[in-house]
Amino acid sequence: MIENSASKLLNGDTCLRTSNGKKSGRNGFVKKHCLHQQQKCHRPKEVSHIVGHNAVLYNKPFVESFEETPLLVAVLTYMGYGILTLFGYLRDFLRHWKIEKCRVASERDEQKDFVPLYQDFENFYTRNLYMRIRDNWNRPICSVPGAKMDVVERVTHDYNWTFEHTGTVLKNVINMGSYNYLGFAENTGPCADSAAEATVKYGVGVSGTRHEIGNLDKHEELEKLVARFLGVESSMAFGMGFATNSMNIPSLAGKGCLTLSDELNHASLVLGARLSGSTIRVFKHNNMQSLEKLLRDAIVHGQPRTHRPWKKIVILVEGIYSMEGSIVRLPEVIALKKKYKAYLYLDEAHSIGALGPRGRGVVDYFGVDPHDVDIMMGTFTKSFGASGGYIGGKKELIDYLRTHSHSAIYATSMSPPVAQQIITSMKCIMGEDGTTLGQERLRQLSENTTYFRRRLHEMGFIIYGNENSPVVPLMLYMPAKIGAFGREMLKRNIGIVVVGFPATPIIESRARFCVSAAHTKDMLDTALNAISEVGDLLQLKYSRRTRLSDDEEADHLSYLVSYED
Amino acid sequence: MDVKNLCDYLGWLYYQYLLITGIYVLEPWEKSIFNTVLFTMVAMVVYTSYVFVPIHVRLALEFFSGLFRSHLSISAN
Ligand SMILES: Cc1ncc(COP(=O)(O)O)c(C=O)c1O
Repeated sequence: MIENSASKLLNGDTCLRTSNGKKSGRNGFVKKHCLHQQQKCHRPKEVSHIVGHNAVLYNKPFVESFEETPLLVAVLTYMGYGILTLFGYLRDFLRHWKIEKCRVASERDEQKDFVPLYQDFENFYTRNLYMRIRDNWNRPICSVPGAKMDVVERVTHDYNWTFEHTGTVLKNVINMGSYNYLGFAENTGPCADSAAEATVKYGVGVSGTRHEIGNLDKHEELEKLVARFLGVESSMAFGMGFATNSMNIPSLAGKGCLTLSDELNHASLVLGARLSGSTIRVFKHNNMQSLEKLLRDAIVHGQPRTHRPWKKIVILVEGIYSMEGSIVRLPEVIALKKKYKAYLYLDEAHSIGALGPRGRGVVDYFGVDPHDVDIMMGTFTKSFGASGGYIGGKKELIDYLRTHSHSAIYATSMSPPVAQQIITSMKCIMGEDGTTLGQERLRQLSENTTYFRRRLHEMGFIIYGNENSPVVPLMLYMPAKIGAFGREMLKRNIGIVVVGFPATPIIESRARFCVSAAHTKDMLDTALNAISEVGDLLQLKYSRRTRLSDDEEADHLSYLVSYED
Repeated sequence: MDVKNLCDYLGWLYYQYLLITGIYVLEPWEKSIFNTVLFTMVAMVVYTSYVFVPIHVRLALEFFSGLFRSHLSISAN
């Protein structure tokens, strides 16, 4: 419990966002992130930056908004944290003097004179703040996490220190939290059938690596298909998305290389960059000026002290940032990468399948050439309803990775039914199964996204991110509201994900909805009504922008409206 | 009917207070400590203002009226 409190606030799937401080250790980095975030005081202030001077690079309006935190709300949020911290100290005091039973790990008596293990802020936070609203996370569900799911009911009699299952199941909870963008997480239909067939034919376990007797025809088929889907020469599939990043970046970069990483990159990218031993510099989230400055400095000054040129400069970015709902400014990144001759590593974990007219990720969304991205990485966990990750690119790159990547050499290869699920769902998206189901799902997803975002915006919530991103963060800010929002929504039979520190900056707690193609309009309306009701109850409609900038947004809205019917 | 509305409203206000101060997530005994401390502080502020403000106001009034009167007497001369 103690060792990984960083990831706790997220429903198990751990999108912990960290800045890549070079030296900080395993526990240090989260804190660092938080400080970092506070200093820089959030992202480019004022709102919708509808493409700046680089508009020529875009083939469509790029509307992304991060409304500023209202001052009063920020002050009250800090006050709330202050009060909770005071009570945290009180409880720690009681625990220390054995007035209250200590239920968390603490130093043993014989360790008392060593460096304290459980006294840093993170442990304090876990013990005294996270624990109080822990019932919102790690909730067991007992059905396929499709558009609706069944949730196991739990109760606690000791304020979230332990949970008991009551034995009842909350049926048909609307699922607004799974990354099930295209709705392929299902237990019926062609994907499930073909996966079942594959199980009958191959079994589930492979018990060998790709280099040994774990290289099935299914894997080869999958890789060919992925390459075709992405429009790249060659591709390679791995059994785990996280390991795809964290184990492959070290084989691509090393000492003497420079990694430029977005400050909000996923933990797997951060870990990969650290493991590679390359020098890491962090640029501001999606901020091209910041990236350009780093690139220019890197080229002008070279490596520190020796001033030799860097061996390689690798830019690490994600397609959709899963905590902000923002989309990478890919055309600008590509322009910069070409100008300064750097390499680009694009993690499409959330965007593959979810963006673009043909569902082929941000590359498709912006209509850029896949060959301009050197390393296309993505996962099968989200849109394809399976598991694992891939890397696509030039044949030389993939051949190199096949022999050098740790997750190819040392890890058991992907389970055949999983591979089959990916193949079937990908073919469905590509329309190669002879139906238009895939296209319909894509269209449904983009309609749902637009509708959901527009309604939330109209209700007066502060929502972050790009208008086309199916990840919709809704700002909650105050610590008590994180707990209250999750509980109230579940009472209304809607399952959501709420996120707080350390996954977000301390005052920017949020609820994160993931829109899916499997959601029907009815479900979305039910969810939206519940959100509105809870929003009124908890006073969450912070946005001051709904009325204010109607003119400014008129054309943007008309664009949305034309989309709707 | 009105009483019920008022009760609802007060309940809502209390809920907002819980959420904004963050004590929504605390255990009942901690809530009561917080409420007690806050209540005591507010009560003390109110009480001190009740006790001392009138005195200060009177003193101030006396001071100014004294000034005024002496001013008057000066101008009478
Ligand atoms: C950007 C990004 N990369 C990688 C991963 C890890 O993928 P997986 O869950 O398949 O291990 C995630 C998962 O949340 C992600 O968001």
